Amino acid sequence: MFNTFKLILLGLIALLAAIAANYGRDLAYQVHAIIIMLVASGTFIYVLRGFDDRPQVDHSGYMDGVIRYGAIATGFWGVVGFLVGTYIAFQLAFPVLNLEFAQPFTNFGRLRPLHTSSVIFAFGGNALIMSSFYIVQRTCGSRLWGGNLAWFVFWGYNLFIVLAATGYVLGSTQSKEYAEPEWYVDIWLTVVWVAFLLVFVGTLFTRKEKHIYVANWFLLSFIVTVAMLHIVNNLSIPVSIFGSKSVQVFSGVQDAMVQWWYGHNAVGFFLTAGFLGMMYYFVPKQAGRPVYSYKLSIIHFWALIFLYIWAGPHHLHYTALPDWATTLGMVFSIILWMPSWGGMINGLMTLQGAWDKLRTDPIIRMMVASLAFYGMSTFEGPMMSIRAVNSLSHYTDWTIGHVHSGALGWNGMITFAALYFLTPRLWGRERMYSVAAINWHFWLATIGIVLYASSMWVSGIMEGLMWREVDAQGFLVNSFADTVAAKHPMYVVRALGGVMYLSGGLIMVWNMWMTIRGGVRVTAPVGVPAE
Amino acid sequence: MELYTFLRHLADSWVLLAMTLFFLGVIAWVFRPGSRKIHDEISQIPLRKDLETLTKGDAK
Repeated sequence: MFNTFKLILLGLIALLAAIAANYGRDLAYQVHAIIIMLVASGTFIYVLRGFDDRPQVDHSGYMDGVIRYGAIATGFWGVVGFLVGTYIAFQLAFPVLNLEFAQPFTNFGRLRPLHTSSVIFAFGGNALIMSSFYIVQRTCGSRLWGGNLAWFVFWGYNLFIVLAATGYVLGSTQSKEYAEPEWYVDIWLTVVWVAFLLVFVGTLFTRKEKHIYVANWFLLSFIVTVAMLHIVNNLSIPVSIFGSKSVQVFSGVQDAMVQWWYGHNAVGFFLTAGFLGMMYYFVPKQAGRPVYSYKLSIIHFWALIFLYIWAGPHHLHYTALPDWATTLGMVFSIILWMPSWGGMINGLMTLQGAWDKLRTDPIIRMMVASLAFYGMSTFEGPMMSIRAVNSLSHYTDWTIGHVHSGALGWNGMITFAALYFLTPRLWGRERMYSVAAINWHFWLATIGIVLYASSMWVSGIMEGLMWREVDAQGFLVNSFADTVAAKHPMYVVRALGGVMYLSGGLIMVWNMWMTIRGGVRVTAPVGVPAE
Repeated sequence: MELYTFLRHLADSWVLLAMTLFFLGVIAWVFRPGSRKIHDEISQIPLRKDLETLTKGDAK
């Protein structure tokens, strides 16, 4: 019965998508309609072929298949995102790489959202979905709720990513930073996200454990808040049902405020609360010790929830936004420093009595580096939100450096650690294929971040100072092009940092592949001839 | 009174007070007597061996 319903629905979607492809008003919309038509037809055939099969799936254990797919997707999208990021970094240093013959598709303006969305939403999002499925099952003692709904979340979310990515290259964007996808892609993500919430909350409700472990609190707040942010920031009216263009409901400074309320809380709840959920599970697990202070973790959670949501206006200093609002954002950003460092200390002190593992276990080393970068960027962020500092740092490369020390350092490193933790467990291997490769990855990534962040500090502060430099008569000394020329060496260094980070990612994917294929590399004892 | 003005005054008086009290209440609740034992117990959840795998029947 349910299969019949599914077939009717999929057939209808495929038909409507075919009609939409025919009437589509712009290229991105037409391509998307064709993608949706193909996906719906493919799923139709898949459901039809399994129509008469009695389900023989074993429902007794944890549901790990979808997590395996999630781990692979995380590795894949990570490498794609790092690659695009490195390429656009070289584009900034050498504009010829915008490739005249491939315009407008290979323009920096179109590749940049491709990079940000692949790393934040594709790499980070898949990491969050996969690890929340893993963590919620193992801290609740119950199987994922909703049967195949988890599979819908995984495939639906990755379809969203494909639609978003192809849209950017083909020129479909609503020009909101980190929320570029157009209206129909937003609607699809809302559907997927509600399913994600249902799976997560359903599992919490059917839990066998009495208490809800703190990691689940962080993950739940991430899911709920992202849903709220996504819906409010994407309130828009499509120009035509057959076109990708839409018009925002808010306008002017209200629109700017909504955008940065969204933008900063995407950092706060997607890249912070969600990844803290990962941290509160994987760090104790890898260290073999409970979290340093459970009380502190609860206070950390509530303080983060209460403070983060107000910090957005610090993105709009010296704009049409009233001063009281930007002051509010600035003050809350500075107060945020305390819970952030509380969380960092809580994570680091979990290793108390196990610090020797830092020498022997490269996964622990990645976790510690990740927490250290969390601490550094949550100190730098509040400082940059102060109006006087912001007048120097805003619109310069300093901001880009700050974002990357958080994203590459905190989010990237904790995700790599989680992947190294999960891969052997999910595929039933003893450990990762090569521990030496994890070490290589760690050092390549760390040195890459250091090159990235330091070159962006130099470049950002330099251009900030050059922009405000005036001569004795009060005239500006430098033209904008002067600052661009002066930044060139730093852009090359930054791109090299990106190359190192990307190489680390490639080594990780190779290592995961070899682990999944089976077997641990055996180091032959010295002095024994090979047989 | 205009809706905006009403909401704005409500936000920076009673709602602000309610949220602050809730937050302080949470902190006080965390430190309630007897919480240490419960928190120690919860913090062991990720490390418990019986939660590593789930088999029908003995699911706790």
